[in-house]
Amino acid sequence: MPFEVSDLAEMDAPEKEYLWTLNFGPQHPATHTTLRLILTLDGETVINALPHIGYLHSGFEKLGEHLDFNQYVTIVDRMNYISPLANEISWHHAVEKLLGIEITPRCKYLRTILAEIMRLHDHLLNVGTTGLDLGAFTAFLYAFYQREKIYDIVESASGQRFHTSYTRVGGVMFDVNKAWVEKIRDFLKGFMPVHAEVHRLLTRNRIFIDRLKGVGYLSGEDCINMGVTGPLARASGVLRDLRKDEPYLAYPDLDFKVVAAKDGDCYARYLVRMQEMLESVKIIEQCLDNIPEGPVNIDAQTHIVPPAKPSVYRSIEGLIQHFEVMMPNRGYETPREEIYAATESPNGELGYYIVGDGSPRSYRARTRPPSYIHFAVFPQIIKGHQLSDVVAVLGSLNIIAAELDR
Amino acid sequence: MSTAEALKAKFPEDELVFSEFRDNHRVAVPATKLMPILSMLKSDCGFDMLAELTAVDYLEYEGATDRFGVVYVLLNNTSGERLILKTFVNDPSPSLPSVYSLWKSADWLEREVYDMFGITFVGHPDLRRILMPDEFTAFPLRKDYPLKGRGERHNFPIVTRADS
Repeated sequence: MPFEVSDLAEMDAPEKEYLWTLNFGPQHPATHTTLRLILTLDGETVINALPHIGYLHSGFEKLGEHLDFNQYVTIVDRMNYISPLANEISWHHAVEKLLGIEITPRCKYLRTILAEIMRLHDHLLNVGTTGLDLGAFTAFLYAFYQREKIYDIVESASGQRFHTSYTRVGGVMFDVNKAWVEKIRDFLKGFMPVHAEVHRLLTRNRIFIDRLKGVGYLSGEDCINMGVTGPLARASGVLRDLRKDEPYLAYPDLDFKVVAAKDGDCYARYLVRMQEMLESVKIIEQCLDNIPEGPVNIDAQTHIVPPAKPSVYRSIEGLIQHFEVMMPNRGYETPREEIYAATESPNGELGYYIVGDGSPRSYRARTRPPSYIHFAVFPQIIKGHQLSDVVAVLGSLNIIAAELDR
Repeated sequence: MSTAEALKAKFPEDELVFSEFRDNHRVAVPATKLMPILSMLKSDCGFDMLAELTAVDYLEYEGATDRFGVVYVLLNNTSGERLILKTFVNDPSPSLPSVYSLWKSADWLEREVYDMFGITFVGHPDLRRILMPDEFTAFPLRKDYPLKGRGERHNFPIVTRADS
């Protein structure tokens, strides 16, 4: 049908009929994962955004009620797969608090190193992909090359690159050796110049600043009221970091600063993440210098950790103990209590609410996923911005859909 | 004055059960008094963040008398104090007032509890399912819902390429 001049009158229709509805996702390269937004547009200005989530819902919390504390670790590291070890450490932190286990000093340092490596891992991805979404491809490649090296480090500790399932109740799967420590030192040496390079590529890049500055503003009061934590809250001036405020692992012994900014926009979040990486490097270096010798697991006499392999293979007592720990129908006594414990994951406060019913299985294993809380903020902070800012804001929130949907 | 003392002073005749475990400070409150207690905690005791809201189904829990426990993890950002507040609701039609008016973070957290446990929050601006599809009829985190599901996946309408 040919276009008539009278059609123009209809386009001027009242009642906001001129608004466009745009379906963004669930399969879109800039969402990085599977999430869907229904955007209402006035021209290119976003009037409203309606998130639809649940595409990756796989009932992780239901599974947590059927797997024991050690088995469930394979599920939690599939939640935030950008920093899997941070989830595992957080999960076993909560479990050990429920059981009243004090882990060994070596294990504390080892877990601290791994948690901070995961922070580098997460922030590298976030900085890299924020650049990628805005058209800065080089920084992304630099960041991902460093992430490959982190995968190698994690692999030499746990035998797995991605879904490590490394921690256990009362310790870790295997101890690490001196070569591993040297490997991290080598990585850090190479990491610092790359970090500086990414700084030079992005921080004062005119296009990058124009796309991020003043976009996605979130005030400090809103952060607190909406439950936002982690780098997002710190970029809005909320000085809260569980590593300082509720110290766990080896953090009380270490010297580091909490990074914060005032602006509360995407650019401030980028700066906070960049600076946090440097603090993480400082933490890792201190841990590497001071990592104590000694056992990495708690005493096998507690019947919570399996005994050392030589004793399993060469003595009947060791074999029985191993059997008792491993078999799902045996297990150990746990308190009939409830606990909430949280750690500072790269994304914010990652908490677990565990209800114990006396068995080595949780009666309820609730995750407080930072991504879930942060994505709820999205409709508010995108309003009034341009369509092209959607990817910038999504990138700065660092939404991981597997953790979002669980 | 500690939070526990402030609560006792403000609500003397109500059954507030205080308990501690490890470093968690907990209080169980009657569901009827939930709203006044939470608003008092926010305005007078400075609990400005609702860090977590979740529920537990006590159907198979030994010695439990109530069906659902709803847990509010409150956080005071100035002092760093945490308080875990718990209340109980029962079948049929478990229901609680929404705390969206106090903390906006309750928005999605309450939707998730509704989605997973079927506890309705009166006064919530947009109480819909959030993780499960809208057609879903069961509440999957209830204890009487089996781990393998009830075969819902087989009954979902399948859209083929020809229909779309």
